[in-house]
Amino acid sequence: MDFFVLFFGAVFVNNVVLTQFLGVCPFLGVSKDSKSAIGMGVAVVFVIIVSSMLTWLLNVYLLEAFNIQYMQTITIILMIASIVQIVEVLIKRFSPKLYKSMGVYLALITTNCAVVGTANNVISKDFDILQTFIYSAGISIGFLFAMYVFSTIRQRLGIAPVSEGFKGNPIALITAAIMALSLYGLGGLV
Amino acid sequence: MSDQKDSLFAILTSGIFKENPVFVMFLGLCPALGVTTSLENSLGMGAGVLAVLIMSNFIISLIRKLVPDQVRIPVYIVIIASLTTVLIMILQAYVNDLYNSLGVFLPLIAVNCIVLGRAEAFASKNSPGKSILDAIGMGIGFGLSLCLIGGFRELLGTGGLMGLQIFPKQFAITLFTSPPGSFMTMGFLAGIIFSIQASNQKKRDLSAKQLATKEKEVA
Repeated sequence: MDFFVLFFGAVFVNNVVLTQFLGVCPFLGVSKDSKSAIGMGVAVVFVIIVSSMLTWLLNVYLLEAFNIQYMQTITIILMIASIVQIVEVLIKRFSPKLYKSMGVYLALITTNCAVVGTANNVISKDFDILQTFIYSAGISIGFLFAMYVFSTIRQRLGIAPVSEGFKGNPIALITAAIMALSLYGLGGLV
Repeated sequence: MSDQKDSLFAILTSGIFKENPVFVMFLGLCPALGVTTSLENSLGMGAGVLAVLIMSNFIISLIRKLVPDQVRIPVYIVIIASLTTVLIMILQAYVNDLYNSLGVFLPLIAVNCIVLGRAEAFASKNSPGKSILDAIGMGIGFGLSLCLIGGFRELLGTGGLMGLQIFPKQFAITLFTSPPGSFMTMGFLAGIIFSIQASNQKKRDLSAKQLATKEKEVA
């Protein structure tokens, strides 16, 4: 039951984009059509789960073991950059087709706040390894969910009559506000 | 000489207005939306990014000829992450309240699009002096945008600014200090700025047209 609460909370109540404001750049930048939104979302799901698990291991067996927690930021960023690099090489080798559709987004993930922020949260929240897995899965699925829903709304926004100055990003931000409002209503649940 | 001065001034101001990182280029949105619940937090975040940006632009521009092209991005990231770590430690030691309220967004300065973006787009191609000017302009532009958003949110959400009550609290709209209010404030501010720009552009086009027709009549 606890795990269900943790998962549900991570997907909806503490949605990574709409309530924690992590990963807003790809949320606005890559959501112009559903296909690329899903591509980015799936890549992020994979990288967040792997990087959070590794963060947990690194934190326990490297940072805490040698008492060098101040190296946290550098460790996390280097680890994520290497994971993204390795994933890129692997996908390129085993599935060139997938690489073609995902390649551009993979490189962008290194500097995705959602990945780095989740890795930081895993450390600061003192999770054990199972909780880390469920939390990171929930967070990343929440990202995928927000990306997909937002991209479908944006396709409609493209044909909507919007006042000149509000076209593009401003109206997208206001739409995101209304989406955030609907999730904000779930706040008391968890 | 005055020409050179003009161009230096242009570097400094382009970050504040013409290429404002938040409202024009939509970079660094995560902190712009996340920490702007109050003016105080916005000021703190702006100052933090300004400090990291100046140092990183300076260091990267010093070593720009030593770093091979293929590994430049990892090198930049390590430099920026180290500077961010230094900043975090200083804040934790001297301004612990600010450190607590900025939370997860402090380590995220290391992956802030603005810092890495300026390193790649400006510092890797220009002299240290110019890079510092660029960093100051961009940092101030970022800080001002944050303060604008933070000021509006604090004023509408709590009825006061920096502890000074401006209108009674029962008229405050608490929505603006919550996450949805952040997207809304940012969206409306960006929309208003774009609208003003668009109408200015129209006026300029119109007056240019009138001038052209007048010249024709004269001819």
